[in-house]
Amino acid sequence: MRGPLLRLAALTALAAAPAMADSPGGRPVKIALPDGEQVYNQICAACHLDKAQGSPDGTVPALAHNAKLADANYPITVVMKGQGGMPWFSEMLTPAQVASVVGYVRTHFDNSYPEPVSEIDVKRIAAQGSEE
Amino acid sequence: MTDSTAPSRRDLLTMIGKVGGAAAMYQAMTALGHAAETQFSGPPVLSGAKPGASVVILGAGLAGMAAAFELQKAGYAVKILEFQDRPGGRNYSLRGGDTFTESDGTVQKVQFAAGNYINPGPWRIPHHHKALLHYCRQFGVALEPFIQLNHNGFIHSTEAFGGKPMRYKEVATDFKGHTSELLAKAISAKALDDKLTAQDQEKLMEALRGWGVLDKNLAYTSSLKVSAQRGYDQAPGGGRNGAPTPSQIAKLQDVLDPQVWTAMSFYFSYVMQTTMFQPVGGMDMIGKAFARKIGKIVTYNAKATKVAQSDKGVTVSYKDVATGQMHDVSADWCVCTIPLSIISQVDMQVSPALKAAMKAVPYGGHVKIGMEFKRRFWEEDDNIYGGHSFTDQTITQLSYPNDKMFGQGPAVLLGAFARDLAGFQLASMTPQQRIETALKQGEVFHPQYRKEYLNGVSVPWSRVPWILGCTSAWSDENRKAHYKNLVTLDNRVVLAGEHASYYGGWMEGSILSGIDAITQIHERAQAA
Repeated sequence: MRGPLLRLAALTALAAAPAMADSPGGRPVKIALPDGEQVYNQICAACHLDKAQGSPDGTVPALAHNAKLADANYPITVVMKGQGGMPWFSEMLTPAQVASVVGYVRTHFDNSYPEPVSEIDVKRIAAQGSEE
Repeated sequence: MTDSTAPSRRDLLTMIGKVGGAAAMYQAMTALGHAAETQFSGPPVLSGAKPGASVVILGAGLAGMAAAFELQKAGYAVKILEFQDRPGGRNYSLRGGDTFTESDGTVQKVQFAAGNYINPGPWRIPHHHKALLHYCRQFGVALEPFIQLNHNGFIHSTEAFGGKPMRYKEVATDFKGHTSELLAKAISAKALDDKLTAQDQEKLMEALRGWGVLDKNLAYTSSLKVSAQRGYDQAPGGGRNGAPTPSQIAKLQDVLDPQVWTAMSFYFSYVMQTTMFQPVGGMDMIGKAFARKIGKIVTYNAKATKVAQSDKGVTVSYKDVATGQMHDVSADWCVCTIPLSIISQVDMQVSPALKAAMKAVPYGGHVKIGMEFKRRFWEEDDNIYGGHSFTDQTITQLSYPNDKMFGQGPAVLLGAFARDLAGFQLASMTPQQRIETALKQGEVFHPQYRKEYLNGVSVPWSRVPWILGCTSAWSDENRKAHYKNLVTLDNRVVLAGEHASYYGGWMEGSILSGIDAITQIHERAQAA
């Protein structure tokens, strides 16, 4: 029972969140993102661009050839909690999707950090957030 | 009826206004139940600027230009540095002939017919956004109604009604009918006996019967009475075949789809309630009016690179993006309205607390797609005049033009307005893919789409080079930790913009924040 109820709560939060800004109506759109590659190409590429090159002025950092990805905790934390102008994705992506996209970026775009990233890592970092 | 010796409310307010000034009158009006809708009580009264006092403003958006306008009135010497080659910031419109370059270098050329436009950024103004409306009134910016709630717009869910789009009036009527029936059944089953007295149960039952349009058995069923709200199978007519026939209500299971209640709930939002407005001819009429009023004080194509300050003043370094040459501007004070999403490009000499606040605010990534069609088939074929249709597909929302109704020739509708994951998904596509997605998904509502389509332009805010985001999206935690630091004058530099307000993503927030920023400067300047 816990799972579906929690998911419902998250959806409600999303539906309520944009009420103050000038945002579209309707419920959050469900998008099938079966693996890390799809998450990257359909979501992350919006800002980090198709080759993970980042914005030309460097404001959106390149993820390609990025040494900060060596420690998986760092990208997981950024995706879950946001950083600078980047929003937090903890309410938009599932822990499994976050793990898969972090794993994908760490092994593509001229990055080679093959240690697997798991949903458990993501949940551990999410839990740390709530203790702070 | 009235006691002639007692002062009327108006007399009282006039009296309070005379004695205590505008602020006192505003307080009193609020206490009497008026004017509680905005924090705007009229333009700031900044009298007696010290001779020669100067302010440099970064950004010629609404926050910066409202600040400049009021500072000039008070006697300050004002200069504005603007990165782009035009005023307005996010307050702008795209028209035929305009080009739009994305952060990855992709260029789109807008091909709309003369007079057609889209507003990629702000596009509607709530009736209670009094600061913005004040300046529109003062500058003579013509406004027209923005048709917000259209009962004839569509609601579409891929998971309900067999995937068929429904009219808002149909599903809203059915939602209230079915839920009224359920509540009536709960009362009949004595499930609310411990919550309500017999008398209140009776009153509520009466309300449910009328409000929900229930039948004599307290059931929500198809009937002419119900059709008088949700629409008919055959509408009432004249003469021999004038008799209407009822429409068939939708099933409870379909009506419970979240697309129904989220649409209904959308129109309850404080900022989404009718009446709403838009400037005649495009949103940029507001930015242009401000630019005319402040005069030639804006240096365009100026990219601020450094803001240095001391106890004596502020020096801003900027690059002329056309020539690449560096310049400095010095002033006593600085108002910085640069969006936080790109402020890391400026070397800001400010306190650690303000620096931390500048890094604490993420931005949304909304996407809009403007599509031009040969004719207004939504009006001619579907009886939709302005307002919106909602879908659970990526495009999220369609919005119909609020002006030139019944016009001939090409017209532009908003073919997508997406947020969150849907916004990022559209932004990740090429312009051609976005248009194809909008055509394919929009066909659910309007089969005429492909036949009537002419051209389109998509604006993914996360790829707009001069902001890399749409609007600030404060989390409650960050608001608590950083908001006060963000909006407080830091020695001689103060931030302004929608991000420095509780009205994120609204022009009202930009203007109110600009006014508060210069009020802080003026107070500090007078105290010195």
